[in-house]
Parts: sequence; structure tokens; C-alpha cells
Amino acid sequence: MKYIDEYRDKALISKLTDLIKDSVRGEYTFMEVCGGHTNAIHRFGIRTLLPESIRLISGPGCPVCVTGRSYIDKAVVISGEEKVIMTTFGDLIRVPGSGSSLEKLRSEGKDIRIVLSSLEALETARRNPDKKVVFLAIGFETTAPGTAVAIKQASEEKIRNFFILNAHKLMPPAMEAVISDGVNIDGFICPGHVAAVTGSGIFSFIPLKYKLGCVVTGFEPADLMQSILMLVRQKNNMIPGLEIQYSRAVSEEGNILAQRIMTEVFEPCASYWRGFGLIKDSGLRLRKEYEEYDADHAFSYSANEDEDDAGCICGEILRGRDIPSSCPLFATECIPENPVGACMVSHEGTCNTWYRYKRNG
Amino acid sequence: MAEVSTGGSVFKASIQMIQDARPGDYILLHAGFAIQKISEEQALETLRIIDEMNDSLNTAR
Repeated sequence: MKYIDEYRDKALISKLTDLIKDSVRGEYTFMEVCGGHTNAIHRFGIRTLLPESIRLISGPGCPVCVTGRSYIDKAVVISGEEKVIMTTFGDLIRVPGSGSSLEKLRSEGKDIRIVLSSLEALETARRNPDKKVVFLAIGFETTAPGTAVAIKQASEEKIRNFFILNAHKLMPPAMEAVISDGVNIDGFICPGHVAAVTGSGIFSFIPLKYKLGCVVTGFEPADLMQSILMLVRQKNNMIPGLEIQYSRAVSEEGNILAQRIMTEVFEPCASYWRGFGLIKDSGLRLRKEYEEYDADHAFSYSANEDEDDAGCICGEILRGRDIPSSCPLFATECIPENPVGACMVSHEGTCNTWYRYKRNG
Repeated sequence: MAEVSTGGSVFKASIQMIQDARPGDYILLHAGFAIQKISEEQALETLRIIDEMNDSLNTAR
């Protein structure tokens, strides 16, 4: 495929591998915060190409993983109500809540449907005017504009049976929480798709305030290798900065249309992240004029406290403080077919990725 | 809405967040939405930069 095959070219990767080997001057630790990067790093065997002195660790960038258990519990309660159709992206259906999961509920006959986009959920609402259709709105700056489009359309068409259970989140505050948490890293492999929407500028505070390198990165092997080389050179030269490797999709200003619609519908708020707890201004809530589409207003339930699952170290993994193979449940009690923690559910989850590609660490 | 092809599969995707989308454009598809157009010029430029990368850029040496 065009603009994919070129970035998987063996000679190109070999060259980057050699350049990285020639550039290392000590130890390096870089964090990839996007679950898509975690998956790509394992899928393409990037670690096997790097010298041992370069360590890559995963951060809190898998939306399913960072979403708290109380969110699933709410979704389970709503799905159990009469005349409700629950719509969700595929991964979320298998995340265990305190008591049940959406998958179990669906097997018991509840109307829970997997959709590919927020607009498909809205279409479900149009076609089922006698039902309340709820869309599980999770994800970062990449997904939130799509939810905003659906909310705006619902409002314009005066559709009153469409709601979102909202847990959209913003990436930069979580990256700042990782730094404040004291994780020892030399730089970030910054999320390319988030930046395609927001522009690279949202990461500029990291080199300025924390003197850590940032490279906005694509998802092919040559992208990852080039970014790692850029981060190595930033550290060698002691000039941490913000660079864009993924320039075919990312600019400094990003997608203005997407930003505009997201800002029109949502405003920042505090949000709960698994492993971190509540992070200030790290979430998005519907603005007052769109509140009627908020499932929190349309349904009543008592929310459980968010807490990590017993024995599961998902929280530590999301903070970059531990690795899956340290968890006593990893690949024994906790497997993709029967996940205990959220990190084992999603294909972007660190535990799931390790299980598929690198079981023994 | 537009038809987009990824790896041979064809999907309907919203292009309302993209300005001046034309048939044949390469886009970044996320959760049913085109969230950015791929710049062909920049795609080739990145490959050129990698091609020209060498140790001389590693000024700390």
C-alpha cells in the first residue's frame, strides 16, 4: 500500500538500525504514550532492532485501559434497563466491571451493539425512535471530534433518544501526570494521531517546562526507528525539543475543523484515569447546551468507586512503573480470552500486546 | 460521506472534518472519520530525509 510499504522497506530500516547503534552514548529510556505505538513496536519487533541501552516503556495511551471500572459499571446498569440499545466500540464490550461485563449482558439477551463510529450509533437512534440509544464515548482527541459531530447532528435534527456515556480524555495532562509521578524517562514518542487533530503544539510545554524530548511519531517501522534516532540525538546533544517525524499527517496547527467542533460541544473537566486517579482538566464534558445528550443526566444510577482490580497491576503498568511479566496474573489467570484487567482487553493494551508478541518479557 | 479503502476493504467514512477532500486523496481514518489528509509531498520528504541521514548529524560525536 502506498505510504505504508515504503516505511516498511528493509534497507531503510537497516540503515536506521545502524544509525541508532552508532549514535548511542549511554542509557536511554523513552515512553510511548499511544496504545497504537505499543502495538506497532511489538508487531514490528522494534525492540529486537535496538541496542540494549535503549529501553522503551509504555504509558497511559490506551483508551480502554485508562477508563475506570465505575464507567463499565454504569454502562452495565444502563444496558440492563428496558428499551435501551447500548452501542459501543468493540474492545469495551469485554472489559470486566465490578460484577458483570457488557459481553455477559449481551449473552443474556440485552441489546448491546458494536458500532464502528458515533454516526452509526446516531443512525441506530434514528431507526429506533421508541428506544433510548446510548453510545459509549471513550477515547482521546482523535475520537472526541467524531462524538462531537454526532452530538451536533442529533441537536440539529432534534433527535431526543440519543445519549452518550462520556469518558473522553485529553492526552497532555496525563503525560504531565506521568512526569510528575517521577518516572525516569529521557523523552516521549508522542502520539501521531492525537497530534494530527490537535497539532504538535500541545506537547510544547514538555521540553520547555520539563526538559524532555518529544517526537511526534507515525506508526510504521521506519517512523518509529527514525523517531527513536531523533530522541537519541536530542539527548546526546542535550537539546530537548519538540520535533515532528510524522509530518505527512501532523502539522503544528493540526486539524482546525476538528478542533473547532470538539470545542463547540465539549469543555475540559477533571477525569479519572486508571492508575493515576483524578487528573485536573484531563477530560471533556458536554457543554451546558448539549447536556440533554449526557447519559449521566438521562439515567439514574449510583456510581461505584473507581479502584484497581485485586492482584492486577494495570495501574502500575499505565504509569510506566512496571511491566506485564511482573504481574502474577499475567498469562495465567489473566489472558485475552478471560481478562482480569483492562490492559489485557484491548489490542492497544500493554498486557494484551505482550501476550500476543512477547509473553516472557 | 465518502468511500474509503483500507487494505482492500471499502468503508463509508465521514469527511466533514476534512477541507477540500477529493477522490484519490489519502486520509487518516479513525473511528469512521477522516481526521486528516496525508500530505504526499511530506510523505516523500520524510523518506528523503531518512535517506540523507548520516552520522554527521550526530553533532555530539
